[in-house]
Amino acid sequence: MEVGRLPISASQRGKLISAGYTTLSSLSSLSPSDLALDLRISDNEAAEILKVASLGSRLDEPEGGRAIVNGAQTAWDMLHEDEMFPRITTSCLDLDNILGGGINCKEVTEIGGVPGMGKTQLGIQLAVNVQIPVDYGGLGAKAIYIDTEGSFMVERVLQIAEACIEDMTECNGLLRKDFQAGQLKMHPNNILENIFYFRVCSYTEQIALTNYLDKFISEHKDVKVVIVDSVTFHFRQDFDDMALRTRLLSGIALKLMKLAKEHGLAVVLLNQVTTKYIEGSFQLTLALGDSWSHSCTNRVILYWNGNERYAYIDKSPSLRSASAPYSVTSKGIRNSASTCKRIRMM
Amino acid sequence: MANKLISEIGLPKSIANIFAARNIVTAKDALSLTEFQLMELLDVGWAEVTSAVAHISAIVCPPYQSALSLMEQRVKNEHLAGHLPTGLKGLDEALCGGIPFGVLTELVGPAGIGKTQFCLKLSLLASLPSSYGGLDGHVIYIDVESKFSSRRLIEIGAKSFPEIFLMKGMAKKMSGRILVWRPASLSEFTERLQQIKVSLHQNEVKLLVIDSMAALVSGFSRFGSIFKEIKSTISLALPIVFPKSLPLPSIANFTDWAHSRECEQGIPRQHPLGWHVSFIKSLAEFSRIPIVVTNQVRSQSSDEACQFSFQVQRWKETKEDHARYGSHLVAALGVHWAHAVTIRLVLEAKSGQRFLKVSKSPISAPLAFPFDITASGMSLLSDDGIELTGPDINAIHSQGHSDIINFTGESLQ
Repeated sequence: MEVGRLPISASQRGKLISAGYTTLSSLSSLSPSDLALDLRISDNEAAEILKVASLGSRLDEPEGGRAIVNGAQTAWDMLHEDEMFPRITTSCLDLDNILGGGINCKEVTEIGGVPGMGKTQLGIQLAVNVQIPVDYGGLGAKAIYIDTEGSFMVERVLQIAEACIEDMTECNGLLRKDFQAGQLKMHPNNILENIFYFRVCSYTEQIALTNYLDKFISEHKDVKVVIVDSVTFHFRQDFDDMALRTRLLSGIALKLMKLAKEHGLAVVLLNQVTTKYIEGSFQLTLALGDSWSHSCTNRVILYWNGNERYAYIDKSPSLRSASAPYSVTSKGIRNSASTCKRIRMM
Repeated sequence: MANKLISEIGLPKSIANIFAARNIVTAKDALSLTEFQLMELLDVGWAEVTSAVAHISAIVCPPYQSALSLMEQRVKNEHLAGHLPTGLKGLDEALCGGIPFGVLTELVGPAGIGKTQFCLKLSLLASLPSSYGGLDGHVIYIDVESKFSSRRLIEIGAKSFPEIFLMKGMAKKMSGRILVWRPASLSEFTERLQQIKVSLHQNEVKLLVIDSMAALVSGFSRFGSIFKEIKSTISLALPIVFPKSLPLPSIANFTDWAHSRECEQGIPRQHPLGWHVSFIKSLAEFSRIPIVVTNQVRSQSSDEACQFSFQVQRWKETKEDHARYGSHLVAALGVHWAHAVTIRLVLEAKSGQRFLKVSKSPISAPLAFPFDITASGMSLLSDDGIELTGPDINAIHSQGHSDIINFTGESLQ
């Protein structure tokens, strides 16, 4: 590995290279005072450089049998870990089925659709559902809701929270007639209290918040879902430099992905649609362009199919592409009316 | 927040000076660069850059609230928990109390269906004393199409609230609270919008109506000189009017758009109203007032995008169906605009009957209410909405429309 790749400042790098230290191995046997003398820098600074260099070279070296690359995991371990991580239900069985049980924690999922399709509804539903207690097959966690559009309606959250509690009580009555211990002690206000709402008013704030989330989540460990409604808005309004936009967006995507991995939480990005000229006709596609479409692990598109709302898995490394109907009711996201009967029988 | 000065956010002096030396003055400048770009530009190590970026981010990032405190705050501070009742019982129930504060509500419909009538009624309602269910405030009515009729306003008032309007001097007082303004060009609109922002709070304005948004684009934007005007107005007005928390409008957006229109007859990269969309939204948000805008309709062109690429196969089969509808209407401002409005109400005519549809709303199911325009304004024929499914939610019908208009035209006289 070369010195050029070390995370040190440009002038330090310049000094290293001009003094002839181009590879890491050339630094490995040096003492800080020698280096300080050679580069005419302070001992402290030299010690810093060597520390960074030794970290860098460790990445290169094989370390025993198991970890050939430091920080890597075997596929087998990953499989186990995947199974350990719960999924957040969407409250729609068909949708859960095609998502492999719900929205996956540790992954970034992008959901897009035309206006009025139910993106915000799905976002709110997830923010409520993540709080379903562990006893009821939920996560018993908290949610962060990042609102860039101002379309978050507390009245609606209250409705969905009430319906969710109602459903849980009902399920309680059906399954646990015999033992009393699992009495539900949840109030809609508790659910509302556990949704942390950020209102973002510019793309700078959006970037700042993305950077800050890591710290915030370290302080609020039980946050298990981050919903960004929508990731698009500010980046669609006031941008002239498209290259800058792409750069900033991919920066955001990378940070969110890291966040999802490190804290084991689900990141849900809601996206708008735009029209695109493909093969001689105008078609709908999710906004923010082609390079953005690489940034998310999963991509779900919501669309109208005849009289029913459908969700389609457009991209996913682990799920097969499929579509499923869902509906938006006064209670929130639910099974589509036509499949309701089938589910009751099961 | 985005334009906070780096020198004033409490970074260690040494690093703040480096930022200043490289001409990175605001938080926006700093956050628009990646960490690696910053390292290169500032010539400092990784650790310093990350800690500086983390510090800037923590300062710039907006504060959080729990949804509960958000709700309690609204219930406590605002009349009817932040809703303007429309006086139409069914609609008010569907929308949890009326037109919500702080968001954009859009009315779409064919000409003559009653959009302006509805706007007039809402203006009256907002100006009424709170003892009569109004908001007791001023109304700014931006009348782009010159359709505002004060005679009709008084008529609606006298018929709907006789007890107030028959009181001596009240009609004058009520209508005196409604400020009608007719912009002559898009640039004038842009300029005035920024002045309105300042005066909203000082003058107890409780409702802003823009009738119509579509006319702003179709009527005014004839490219060329207009963009130069916008550029100059924005750059003039900008340092004074914009508080730090607002996104700066990108002047280049307009030029970019004009440019792309000149170069190729394709779809513009950015929406012509892009800046207005975010500005009006923030206006609603920060002054916590309802903003009602109207939108026109246009007929759908045959190559209109309404399908995703994975649906194309099926689309070819259903194309026949589309043709069957004949006069298929869509909202004049496209999908970009539709994303920006929070509530969309469609006014339409179907087999000789007018309907009001809640076509997009985060709080209500897609309901349709039959309505009629009477001397006292709009009235619902039934307060129980008909629930809609599928494409009906977004479709805009105008069948038998002309019959109704002639009919009501006679009845008004």
